[in-house]
Amino acid sequence: MSAQLAVFFILAAMAVAGAVSLIVQRHPIHSALSLIVVMAALAGLYLLLEAEFIAAIQIIVYAGAIMVLFVFVIMLLNAGVEERTSLSRTAFYAGVPLAMFLLVELAYRVERASGPMAAQPSPAAATRGLAMLLFQDFAFPFEATSILILIAILGAIVLAKRDV
Amino acid sequence: MVPISYYIALSAILFGLGVTAFVFKRNIITIFMAIELMLNAVNLAFVAFSRALGQLQGQVFVFFVIVVAAAEAAVGLGIVILIARNRQSLNVERINLLKL
Repeated sequence: MSAQLAVFFILAAMAVAGAVSLIVQRHPIHSALSLIVVMAALAGLYLLLEAEFIAAIQIIVYAGAIMVLFVFVIMLLNAGVEERTSLSRTAFYAGVPLAMFLLVELAYRVERASGPMAAQPSPAAATRGLAMLLFQDFAFPFEATSILILIAILGAIVLAKRDV
Repeated sequence: MVPISYYIALSAILFGLGVTAFVFKRNIITIFMAIELMLNAVNLAFVAFSRALGQLQGQVFVFFVIVVAAAEAAVGLGIVILIARNRQSLNVERINLLKL
């Protein structure tokens, strides 16, 4: 087993364990911390895939900004332990077979998707190429996202205002 | 070298766990986190395919997914705060105003 494969399995185990922990934990703050573990493991996987820029913004934006927002809201609302309620019978009997079907279908696709990896340019060239794509070919969508963020900020302020 | 199918399998597993959390959790903030988990699983598939095909467009899409996730978290948590203020509960079972 090569070193890359070993690193992949360690990070993948971390990610899956974090995701399972998110489901099992009853307290929202524990779920949030589990999700941060998943995101850190995914950042490591992005480094393994030679996507350095994506790994950096995964840590800075996802694990940093978004999850801090989540933890902040959980503490602000003083969210307690989740109440346990009985699941609906329809959800159980329809959901479990459908989940199995989805898993089988995904496994079938994965089996057919395997192929050799293409050669990748050096890290500096890859990040440079990403910047070229982002600011030339995708310049208009990039500018459009700034308007999206502005509208999201306005929406959040309007929603959180006390007298609406 | 790690085969691409391993990454896609991990992405599928994480997406499935995200769906499971989305269906089984009762706290509205945890349901939001399940959505973030699913977005992360999709991002992993994007980056893996980008690496396998030797093209960078996939990473640009991941960039946009992260931007949209940030906007979604800002608006969504605003809605959560509003719900918690009006209904005094974060349990989705209690948020049934539109239920027949």
